[in-house]
Amino acid sequence: MKWKRKDLLGLEELSAQEIEFILDTAESFKEVSLRPIKKVPALRGKTIVNLFFEPSTRTRTSFELAAKRLSADMVNISASTSSVVKGETLKDTAKNIEAMKVDVIIMRHSLPGAPYFLAKIIGPSLINAGDGAHEHPTQGLLDLFTMRENKGRIKGLKVVIIGDIAHSRVARSNIWGLLKLGAEVAVAGPATLIPPQIERMGVKVYYRVEEAVRKADVINVLRIQLERQKTGLFPSLREYRQIFGVNRERLKDARPDLLIMHPGPINRGVEIDPDVADGPHSVILDQVTNGLAVRMAVLYLLAGGKSEAID
Amino acid sequence: MKLLIKGSRLIDPDSGYDDISNILIERGKITAIGRKVSAKGAKVIEAEGKIAVPGLIDMHVHLREPGREDEETILSGTRAAGRGGFTAIACMPNTDPVIDNQGIVKFIYSQTEKVGIVSVFPIGSITKGLRGEELAEIGELKEAGVVGISDDGKPVENSEVMRRALEYAKMFDLVVISHCEDKDLKGEGVMHEGYYSTLLGLPGIPAAAEEVMVARDLGLAELSGGWLHIAHVSTAGTVEMIRQAKSRGIRVTCETAPHYFSLTDEAVKDFDTNAKMNPPLRTEEDVEAIKEGLKDGTIDVIATDHAPHTSVEKEVEYTIAPFGVIGLETALSLIITKLVKEDILTLSQAIAKVSLNPAKILRIDKGILKVGADADITIIDPDREIIVESGAFESKSSNSPFLDWKLKGAATMTIVGGRVVMKEGRIL
Repeated sequence: MKWKRKDLLGLEELSAQEIEFILDTAESFKEVSLRPIKKVPALRGKTIVNLFFEPSTRTRTSFELAAKRLSADMVNISASTSSVVKGETLKDTAKNIEAMKVDVIIMRHSLPGAPYFLAKIIGPSLINAGDGAHEHPTQGLLDLFTMRENKGRIKGLKVVIIGDIAHSRVARSNIWGLLKLGAEVAVAGPATLIPPQIERMGVKVYYRVEEAVRKADVINVLRIQLERQKTGLFPSLREYRQIFGVNRERLKDARPDLLIMHPGPINRGVEIDPDVADGPHSVILDQVTNGLAVRMAVLYLLAGGKSEAID
Repeated sequence: MKLLIKGSRLIDPDSGYDDISNILIERGKITAIGRKVSAKGAKVIEAEGKIAVPGLIDMHVHLREPGREDEETILSGTRAAGRGGFTAIACMPNTDPVIDNQGIVKFIYSQTEKVGIVSVFPIGSITKGLRGEELAEIGELKEAGVVGISDDGKPVENSEVMRRALEYAKMFDLVVISHCEDKDLKGEGVMHEGYYSTLLGLPGIPAAAEEVMVARDLGLAELSGGWLHIAHVSTAGTVEMIRQAKSRGIRVTCETAPHYFSLTDEAVKDFDTNAKMNPPLRTEEDVEAIKEGLKDGTIDVIATDHAPHTSVEKEVEYTIAPFGVIGLETALSLIITKLVKEDILTLSQAIAKVSLNPAKILRIDKGILKVGADADITIIDPDREIIVESGAFESKSSNSPFLDWKLKGAATMTIVGGRVVMKEGRIL
């Protein structure tokens, strides 16, 4: 197939075929990072901007390395979160960047929908690197890539996402991607962190982690944020750990080959215990490695790279 | 000058009159109605195939003047009203300064006198500065000419203050218009809490945020014997509670807005800031309940909650855009398209909810089309097809969720006090 979209905003709007096409493209890029000289000329002469309105180390660095390994020119812009504070509207900021004739803008923003709003009014390709609690498509893709790599398939896999589903863009992108590729998806966590009517998306809801993981092939454990406690969504990190923390005891009835994933950064000893996070079936660091390959693929497809330049 | 409206179908919800009639207007009043009425030297308005109804009244408008004249002014707001077929509007007190004293009331009246093309009736605030703490000088406000009191935009959170407001306003036969919203339940919410807020990752406003305060206010209305009017009803639960309260004899009336029977929360799906208002668009079941409430009379009034915001304010991230949509210039077309053509309401029932009923609630001598009444008349072409265009609004703002919608039915003439102020969509 041929890639046709200008932007990558979310996995909700992608077809299964498009998602698989990105994953397949990422396969060929994964190998580039294993070479002694980790660089191909695929996007030489293209300009890519990292426009981050929210702090990020992992995602920003991953995109930056991906761009550089494709020989694109990359600029990082960190801006304050809200246009209200900044005195310039998001629209004006983006229009200014557009006027510098860039090819791709990678945007992270704390507010849902911000990249959708921009994509409609600017010319360059836009990649959503996380918009509030809405979507984080490249994270969803790298999670799919990692599951496929380890389990050989997505279709029919039983995947459980554990933790703060309500505030998680990773959860939403995972759910869309997994459902489109035919996985069975469940979410588990405290009732106050499960958003209303999520069942309508086609996922099962569990309030007990033990029950949710019983037949699972994969668990994806989300970071729990302390500020949710302050807004009264759960009583304490201690209680969260006691009831929802992923530890060996809680996984004792799970399948022996249960794949352990976490999008990071990890609160060790809170949502996941170190012996599980670092255990034999953990692929948490592989996710990071795969993230680079997936982001190279996405940049390559959106910026219209030349395929012969990969070799 | 005499004016003769000829050949229209006249609908007067008050008397139940519905027949082809001529209407004669002299010195701002209706002086004769009948099939054979004619007058020498009168200017004739040919209205065959059209419908003449009492001038429409919108009891919930934000005119923004004084304070936010970049969004709307009394001039632009009354022009928008005229274009939409409204001959009178009531304006909410959340201006800057707030309509909480006689001076501002007088300013609204005098400014309307100078530049307004339709009648404007100010609504005073319930509490000083809309702060929810001390009652505004309600008696003096009434004396200056307010037609109701409301802290609209904000709930009166303190139940004791709300109780006293209902008791006190009762002495002056003033309606207390309540913006029902539990601020803690609303939290950071920016849309209805449900399936779509889950998909979009946007913080939700549950239906209960409205309903818990409706329940409180109904209790306070019963306690005080005051007159409660619930503004912008958006949920099935609210409709049901008001239905029960009415059957128990509690003195309560209520309104809904056209967007609550025309749209659901699905409209937020592409983060359209023009689909952001408070209360938010609800679900399909709520829309059905609103229609049922309109049909069985539980909902007395359709009011627009016309809330202009500039494109600068609305062309931002969904979360930080202000709540509110304009409504004056699309309301009648939505009422005809979504309620009359769909057989939810007869035209007469529909017109009553935007003329007779708000006039009764605000105690203004309008909303009736009979000999001796003010010649406030709206002429409607129920089959006129319109397309909602952002460039065509008379309002200073164009934050409508109905842009590019094709609708059926529109006002073709607005007559205020015997003066034609709008003809075929153009302000004269």
